Amino acid sequence: MKLRRFIVVLLLLAAMVGVQIFLRATGQEFCLTQLTMALYYALVVIGLGLVMGYAGQVSLGHGGFFAIGGYTTAVLTTRDFSPFKDTAWVGLLKAAHVFVAKEDLFGAQVMVVTPWAAFLAAMALTAVVAVLIGYPALRLKGHYLAMATLGFGLIVYKILLGSTVTGAADGITSVPEWSLFGVLTVSGKTALRVQNYYIACGLVLAVLLLLQNLVHSRVGRALLAIHDRETAANAMGINTASYKLRAFVLSAILAAAAGVFFTHYTGGIGPSEASALKSVRYVALAAAGGMANLWGVAVISTLINYLSLRDWFGSYDNAVFGTMLIVIISIAPEGPLKPLGMAVRRVFFRLRPSGGKPHGAA
Amino acid sequence: MGSGDLILQYLLSGITKGSIYAIVAIGFNLIFSATGVLNFAQGEFVMLGGMIAVTLSFYVPLPVAITGAVILVALIGCLLEVLFFRRLRRHSIMHMVIITIGLSIVIQEIALHLWDEKVRSLPYFTGKEISSVAVFGATISPQVLWVLGTVAVVFVLLHAFLRYSLQGRAMRACSSNPEAAMLSGINIANLRTLSFGLSAGIGALAGCVISPITMTQYEMGGPLAIKGFAAAILGGLGNPMGAVAGGLLVGVLEAFSVSKLPAAYNDVTAFAVLLLVLFVRPQGLFGSPTGDGVREF
Amino acid sequence: MALLEVENVRRSFGGLVAVDKASFTVAEGQIKALIGPNGAGKTTLFNMVSGLLSTETGQIRFRDRRINGLRPYQIARAGIARTFQNPSLFLQMSVIENVMVGQHVRTRAGIAACCLRLPRQQREERAIRDAALKQLDFVGLAPLAEASAGSLTFGQRRMVELARALATDPALVLLDEPASGLNNKETGDLGALIQKMRGAGVTVLLVEHDMSLVMDISDDIVVLYQGTPIAQGPPSAIQNDPRVVAVYLGDDQHLS
Ligand SMILES: Nc1ncnc2c1ncn2[C@@H]1O[C@H](COP(=O)(O)OP(=O)(O)OP(=O)(O)O)[C@@H](O)[C@H]1O
Ligand SMILES: [Mg+2]
Repeated sequence: MKLRRFIVVLLLLAAMVGVQIFLRATGQEFCLTQLTMALYYALVVIGLGLVMGYAGQVSLGHGGFFAIGGYTTAVLTTRDFSPFKDTAWVGLLKAAHVFVAKEDLFGAQVMVVTPWAAFLAAMALTAVVAVLIGYPALRLKGHYLAMATLGFGLIVYKILLGSTVTGAADGITSVPEWSLFGVLTVSGKTALRVQNYYIACGLVLAVLLLLQNLVHSRVGRALLAIHDRETAANAMGINTASYKLRAFVLSAILAAAAGVFFTHYTGGIGPSEASALKSVRYVALAAAGGMANLWGVAVISTLINYLSLRDWFGSYDNAVFGTMLIVIISIAPEGPLKPLGMAVRRVFFRLRPSGGKPHGAA
Repeated sequence: MGSGDLILQYLLSGITKGSIYAIVAIGFNLIFSATGVLNFAQGEFVMLGGMIAVTLSFYVPLPVAITGAVILVALIGCLLEVLFFRRLRRHSIMHMVIITIGLSIVIQEIALHLWDEKVRSLPYFTGKEISSVAVFGATISPQVLWVLGTVAVVFVLLHAFLRYSLQGRAMRACSSNPEAAMLSGINIANLRTLSFGLSAGIGALAGCVISPITMTQYEMGGPLAIKGFAAAILGGLGNPMGAVAGGLLVGVLEAFSVSKLPAAYNDVTAFAVLLLVLFVRPQGLFGSPTGDGVREF
Repeated sequence: MALLEVENVRRSFGGLVAVDKASFTVAEGQIKALIGPNGAGKTTLFNMVSGLLSTETGQIRFRDRRINGLRPYQIARAGIARTFQNPSLFLQMSVIENVMVGQHVRTRAGIAACCLRLPRQQREERAIRDAALKQLDFVGLAPLAEASAGSLTFGQRRMVELARALATDPALVLLDEPASGLNNKETGDLGALIQKMRGAGVTVLLVEHDMSLVMDISDDIVVLYQGTPIAQGPPSAIQNDPRVVAVYLGDDQHLS
């Protein structure tokens, strides 16, 4: 099905460029800001699609992981470490170019962590936390992970709200921009808006391709087997607990990475990112996209999050997501895209008998 | 006040909160045993109970308001089961769990739009806010006694129901072996509806008795659900005695951690305990080990 | 040397003792049958051997190594594969993908290698596919490789499950009622297939209610009654054993 995947990628690329051209032509380029944010959120949902659609688990803590990523970056890149200049560990890290000296808003000399180092720290921290939560919860059959992660998200939220380091209810602002490889900069500056839209597009596309490789491999089959019939998967020699844990940690890391990019892009982050409602939204979007259909998940979640960010749903925002969850799961548990796609295909290929592939996505 | 009294005070406040967690845990167990679903909307039943009772209490005497709220929420529970879960039985447990998550959000949003985000509460059942009773040297509000009494009565009644009534026995049979229960002519679908109704009603009652102490707000369900779940896990999922013990334990731990930790970390304790238990004793503190390290859903 | 040794194994569910004092061995290269009336505890025994259920007493040894207490995936890796009484294919996958899952224990590629499609992983993936095709061919279903598992008939599902078990390169296969639900011709083919498997060096432990199949192909038979073996021996001896006859006729007097 390589050709099919190629076509899907081309279509997505065309859509991404098309949207940008359309928005510029109609003078609405400012919309790219919300679209970029929606793309970063989509990254979280794609990871969740892996956990829900392949490992068969629900996580209600992905908002928490997003926040851990974002806040780690925000704290490290804004906090002044110069008071600790003379301690041994700071000296060591400084030698490793983890710190940079710069001037703050008021012209004082400060020493902060570089974005790259902060990014790596965020990833490492997330991995550790995800293992700590996932290991006990995933050894058990059933949906303990959902509860454990719900609790985890709540804790993160409370801690962020209650700690001065994280700016309590206000969160952290004036997070510096992140220069990726010299040529690209993750930043909310108007001049860089188009560039940042494409950075987000590229990131989502790259992650989609990597995960698409993953699900069509030995590991992907193992995950799907667990989701389908855990007992049989066990008997076939799959270490079910370990695979579920790996999928969970991978998706937590994706969520945290999204948080890091998002924070550099918007220049700040607030505690609401960790709220249970945010996490539930991600679950709703993954369900709406059809969970295992990662392409669908990416498209649907970008679209709906974009509409939400543009304030289409008004005060019914949360209700929309909750209703979406209930309606989609009760009517089309595999996501609305699949039946829709089938209908379209039927119309197109009326004359040819269709050779149905088992699970739709390329 | 001596430090002994202080400890007693914490203990009492822990037991009060803990008994509510116990009730939520029992609600979890009821639905879990009958359907295999972890019901994320369990906390919402408690919230709805409180909210409806507060509103009704403007028009009718308090006891009537509470009864009305309990019956209404129980009916809502039944209705949800019939509307969403009965038809869905073919789908996986994961789908049902996701639906309860959706329900929890929608119920919260409906509550927000029906009422508002204000904190409200029922009046104290007896006496006033400031009235107090002395127990073993600690002073407590009579409402605490109401809470403890209610929990005890609910527990005893439920126990009797499950043990002696036909329906209750069928329910237990169903949870220990659904297929055998079905073969012996038990109508599983109705039992599941019953379990939702019962669980919702019990939750609503808890929401009423706790309202004067902890207040009622549309967002209160989430944290309650988590602590109730922690209690259920601690006690061994499906074990009603364990649920009570687990609930009290979580409540007391929380009360003592409040005295030691900043308020922001209030909920951290319950959760840390939950994870610890999942790590070392997944069958719960009081559950008997199945010997397989895995629990069949 | 015995490949599998089951020694004084017991398992109960609540108050119900499903297996008790079960002891028997399976020699390398044998086709051994485990028979007994419904509810005798045959599947429970299989579940304990494959690690899905824990034992309460006794030992299960495979190649002289104790395996009770190991996790199911460790037992599969050690070389024991099984099929289920109710065929349990992965219905979201195609036929070939189902069989490819069997190769899981014999392959290594991790998450990173799979994401990046490293050359080593690509080679391994091709090897997995080839091995799976070989097994499908063995059970005669190669033409259906790309079909969806859900579209197969009951008999075909049993065969795919067999191919999936064989794809783990097992030394011992546990077959739980492989002939139930098959028609006469299919049952005959199955018998030939099981003998062919033995010819290829795979030891077989078989639970089966179809007595003519059991008597035809097995070298040795264990009869389980209420969780405990009551007779062991070659088919000719078992057929004439009064206790076995009694069990199957429901006559308790001959048992004591
Ligand atoms: N998970 C379980 N929980 C409770 N009881 C069980 C469980 N599994 C099996 N049993 C009981 O253990 C006994 C043995 O069952 P088992 O499935 O091993 O029998 P079997 O010999 O395979 O029968 P059949 O020929 O019908 O497949 C039966 O009485 C059964 O009801
Ligand atoms: Mg059996």
